[in-house]
Amino acid sequence: MKFNIWGKISIVLSCAAMMMVAHSAVAEMKKKSELERRMADPRNSKYTVGDKKSGYVYMTTMTRDMQDDDFSNPAFVWVDIGKRNWSKVDGKAGKSCASCHKDASSMKGVMAKYPVYDKKLKKMVALQAKINMHRKEKMGAKPWKWESDDMNGMAAFIGLQSRGMPMNVSISGPAKKFYDKGKAFYYERRGLLDMACKHCHIDNAEKMARSNLLSWGMPNGFPTFRLKWQKIGSLHRRFAGCNKQIRAKPFKRGSPEYTNLELYLKHRANGLPVETPSVRN
Amino acid sequence: MAKKPRVKVPSSAKKGEVIQIKTLAPHKMETGRRKSKGKLVPRMIINKFVAKFNGKEVFSTDMHPAISANPYFSFYTKVSESGTFEFSWTDDKGKTVKASRKITVK
Amino acid sequence: MAKSNIQIARRDVLRAAGLGAVAVAASSVLPSESFATPAKADALLKKLTGGAAAKSGRVTIKLPEIAENGRTVPLSVTVDSPMTSKDYVKAIHVLSEGNPTPAVASFNLSASSGKAAVSTRIRLGKTQNVIAAAVMNDGSVYVAKKKIKVTIGGCGG
Repeated sequence: MKFNIWGKISIVLSCAAMMMVAHSAVAEMKKKSELERRMADPRNSKYTVGDKKSGYVYMTTMTRDMQDDDFSNPAFVWVDIGKRNWSKVDGKAGKSCASCHKDASSMKGVMAKYPVYDKKLKKMVALQAKINMHRKEKMGAKPWKWESDDMNGMAAFIGLQSRGMPMNVSISGPAKKFYDKGKAFYYERRGLLDMACKHCHIDNAEKMARSNLLSWGMPNGFPTFRLKWQKIGSLHRRFAGCNKQIRAKPFKRGSPEYTNLELYLKHRANGLPVETPSVRN
Repeated sequence: MAKKPRVKVPSSAKKGEVIQIKTLAPHKMETGRRKSKGKLVPRMIINKFVAKFNGKEVFSTDMHPAISANPYFSFYTKVSESGTFEFSWTDDKGKTVKASRKITVK
Repeated sequence: MAKSNIQIARRDVLRAAGLGAVAVAASSVLPSESFATPAKADALLKKLTGGAAAKSGRVTIKLPEIAENGRTVPLSVTVDSPMTSKDYVKAIHVLSEGNPTPAVASFNLSASSGKAAVSTRIRLGKTQNVIAAAVMNDGSVYVAKKKIKVTIGGCGG
């Protein structure tokens, strides 16, 4: 086949154009977004149920590695504390948790259903509040501070007994009206920055907020070891932190506001596996 | 309740086998550069970690404030006889926390 | 769980900028101090390794590309060495080019270490190079450098 000069020029130009397109396509592929990279980890399937995704999916590979190895997961320092306290006698009644609850395996399924409605108090009760109720009423022991090593340790130890079980929080009967309050809180603007939880965790989920990838704010891994805190922390601590960062007055640990919010969030996460104790940024 | 160091050592190994040891010591590792309530929190870190086997040092680390809180180390050592590992963490004040693990080597 | 289409409103951009200013103000890191520099790190490296000429190769640094959070960054250093009594790694030094001070940690190994591979977690104050230097039993020194991005996280870190 013979080509005249124009034919030759057009062949050269189209080759060059194809190479440029190919090169930029390769560059585009290489420039895979941070979200795509993190979501490509095959381990994520364990933490995805329908369109619900645990915060695990949005962490970096090395953070996931840290969570997956029970030894290198620093949260286990506190699980160890919980384990020791489980059998430790404390309080005037001369009892330990084990005295009534026997083996820790009796706690299987507990974390998956908290917070629960308390008929006597006529309100929702978080796990930490329940632990303190038992310490006071059954053990005659002093209550633990919500964010203390003892309480976080026990919550992590109890949570661990449900690890892998699907979250199963009930909002039927008297719990429904507290669920509605929690949901209203989630959507309500607050603080100097006039933001609601949903602005980050629904409207902007899966987007980068500077170097962090915003998750849906699922609570299935709490208490969690947060790299930022360099220690384990409760869900209510996270609420308080988020509220402070939008310049809203934080509520107290165990407050009705945060307990109801916890109920809303945990019901929203129903189906996702309990991941306590997780590792997050 | 005091937080105890966590140590992972295999309980048994073959003679000449190279085993991996993992350690995690609960500690804030205060850098001395952090402010709390307007005041500088003074430096207080674990600055030395030593691993000995049957009395002989097999691994050690000299640490600085750039090591994260709850210092974690993993390292390897070759074992040729049964015995006891002794781990010690020493802070800036010279206070030492210890842990030990036995291993059977056949 | 449907996501609504987000139009970045001017209000949202201003909000993010306000967040940024507030976040920096709220940061508890002391401002404008003399931080480590590549020159300071290099000086410390020479001191730790006895000044031997740094060769490249044999040392591999494993670090994430972006730090999930600068306060806890997983780091692994592996040195290619048979670890026999004739040829082994005596020490692995880790240095930072951008932290307030360059020293991070020094790992002391021996011929009975079996494998020259260490892992730990470190604090990094900003985007920088992390240096790992292996000192061999014959005094020779091998150095590797790896860059890692460290930025403030979404909501004040």
